[in-house]
Amino acid sequence: MLLNFIKNKIAKLFFAGVVISFFATSCTSVKEYQKNKINDAEMVLGNRKIEKSELSFQAYREGASGANGGKTGGGCGCN
Amino acid sequence: MKKKLFTAAALFALMHSYAQNTADSTGFKSRKLKLEEINLVSSYYTQNGNNASVTGGIGSEKLNDFANVIDVKLTRYDAKQRKHTFDAELGIDHYTSASSDMVDLKANSSASHADTRIYPSLSWTRENETKGSSIGLGISSSTEYDYQSFGANISFSQKTKDKNGEFTAKLQALIDQVKLILPIELRMGYVIGRDENYGSAGRNSYSASLSYSQVINKNLQIMFLADAVEQKGYLSLPFHRVYFADGTVHQENLPDSRIKIPLGFRANYFAGDKIIIRSYYRYYTDDWGLKAHTVNIEVPVKITSFVSVSPFYRYYQQSAIKYFAPYKTHTLQDVYYVSNYDLSKFNSNFFGAGIRLAPPDGILHKPHWSMLEIRYGHYTKNIGMNSDIISMNLKFK
Repeated sequence: MLLNFIKNKIAKLFFAGVVISFFATSCTSVKEYQKNKINDAEMVLGNRKIEKSELSFQAYREGASGANGGKTGGGCGCN
Repeated sequence: MKKKLFTAAALFALMHSYAQNTADSTGFKSRKLKLEEINLVSSYYTQNGNNASVTGGIGSEKLNDFANVIDVKLTRYDAKQRKHTFDAELGIDHYTSASSDMVDLKANSSASHADTRIYPSLSWTRENETKGSSIGLGISSSTEYDYQSFGANISFSQKTKDKNGEFTAKLQALIDQVKLILPIELRMGYVIGRDENYGSAGRNSYSASLSYSQVINKNLQIMFLADAVEQKGYLSLPFHRVYFADGTVHQENLPDSRIKIPLGFRANYFAGDKIIIRSYYRYYTDDWGLKAHTVNIEVPVKITSFVSVSPFYRYYQQSAIKYFAPYKTHTLQDVYYVSNYDLSKFNSNFFGAGIRLAPPDGILHKPHWSMLEIRYGHYTKNIGMNSDIISMNLKFK
């Protein structure tokens, strides 16, 4: 039981380390004129307008909400 | 004298007009209010299931919702060359619900209870493009027959020196009032045919949101999101029934406070010239014992430079809150009790696709109609509930 717990923790730490190392080593300073792909409408780091109703029904039908730039609870009769 | 004044005014007007006309070459930006874009979003949602909370975790969950939102964005620059963005939004939802109809058990339930929700909001953002900072304020309201909400928020953003990273902090408060409409058999002194004056109870939600986004390279950008939410007040819904093991019926009863911590991560990657991979993960925990994981992936494929098709898939799983039990399971020893299956243990799958058209000369060669997007999704829970949603976004510039 304890061994499994430790193995699980080590696996998670290893995975987090790999992810952080990947981003840390591949991060480069990108100039504004090089951002044609980053600035593409479908690359936006957030929910798009068309997803508004989807996020709304998910907030009603599921117990979790938030951390998506949208609704975190309250404001309607359901959560 | 009049002639001199007229000449001076004409000269001033000419200089003013010259200053405005030479704006682009000198970096000067017009201070006139400019219409940035108008978005119209319409959605039709339909669901079915057999675990309605109004009837204690059994009964039809049939519901249809037709939602329309119009969003108008305006911008202008001030004398210090700061960009002001004004956003006005108005949403109207109309829904029919079988379970709401069963607040009165004698009603003929066939998705017949209807209500309309109206939710306007206003926001203002001031961005200093030189310093890479911005501040924002927003207010909102939401009104439906048994629920009234007022919201306010304040936000601050700061970009890194190289403009590849951005930190954002946002504080939000929602001050709500719930009309206390009890299941009909639990109303004291109820007389058929007499109009009732329902009481109401308050529910306040406060949230602090932090996010940090970073451009990793020309093709990849990521974002970390963290919210801390506190809700206080009447957090049950008054018309939700709970049937106890002894056959008695009660009104749902939940604690008067809840703390939620959702943590999110996004990574969007442009693979080659035609494929974008949009990914999202969220971990959620709260002090009612609910833990949830959400994974979302969407892959827009650019068929041409102005047509893209986006299949998507979302997986969600949650544990039950510690106060949940199914129909006729709770006992008199329970302090808090609920049979709302949205707070039970389940997992869900949501998949579908969208198509986005944004031709350079506008949709149907109308230059102001710049974008059309249509998206369909099918949602299923492993506890027998399923739904479909179709949405459309029209953008005018």
